[in-house]
Amino acid sequence: MAYRPLFSRDVFAELDRLQREMLQSFDISPSIRGLSRGGYPAINVGSTPRSIELYAFAPGVDPASLDVQIEKGVLTVSGERKADSVPEKASRHIDERFAGRFRRVVTLPDDIDPNAVQARYTDGVLHISVARREAAQPRRITIQ
Amino acid sequence: MNDTTLARQASRATTEPALLPPVDVIEDANGITLLADLPGVPKDRLNLHVEADTLTIEGEIALPTADGMEATHAEVGLPRYRRVFTLSKELDAAKVSAELTHGVLRLRIPKAEHAQPRRIEVRVG
Repeated sequence: MAYRPLFSRDVFAELDRLQREMLQSFDISPSIRGLSRGGYPAINVGSTPRSIELYAFAPGVDPASLDVQIEKGVLTVSGERKADSVPEKASRHIDERFAGRFRRVVTLPDDIDPNAVQARYTDGVLHISVARREAAQPRRITIQ
Repeated sequence: MNDTTLARQASRATTEPALLPPVDVIEDANGITLLADLPGVPKDRLNLHVEADTLTIEGEIALPTADGMEATHAEVGLPRYRRVFTLSKELDAAKVSAELTHGVLRLRIPKAEHAQPRRIEVRVG
């Protein structure tokens, strides 16, 4: 593994690394569970007044091996990506893709409803939609 | 230096910023198999082209978004992937086949007929 970084001539890979380092140094409040960049799967989180939308970028995973759990306001995504078997007499020139078991944990806000969760795996992205509780949704209060 | 290696081309002018997808490149006697992780790219947003000896993989991410969604945390910070490779001469760029499953692109680039391995008989005189 030490060979590649030592002799790397890929400017893009180098830029990618620099960008990652910069982002890391600007990330002043990393989560205690280490929601760090560069892991597998990468996770994007968005929020709307009605729900929390999570996107786990997990390409090449057998959907049956994916496991999504919510326990005490903590969402866990785990699964396994099998390594491709390299046939005999074949050589691997570049080996960058992740293989093996993975697990990512995200802390959810307090107002979510753990019974209203939808998960869908499309084009290698696991989209999890967690609804917020009715009571927590913004309401307009009429002034009398 | 093994001249069958896919060398990455770095000098190509890039128009828009893009993510560099991780790849695996496996070579066997008959050709090269390239696997690239392109999560979130549907088939119709994937763009593959071979120009002279340059192979470009480009894909745009299309995610289902909810109304009024605000991003609160983003590890995938750009909406597209791009990676460029230089093919070596013995690869037959006209016969590239591609398959996109669960966000993984599998490209198969066969070697040209004349470059396939042949066993050379050694005759004893």
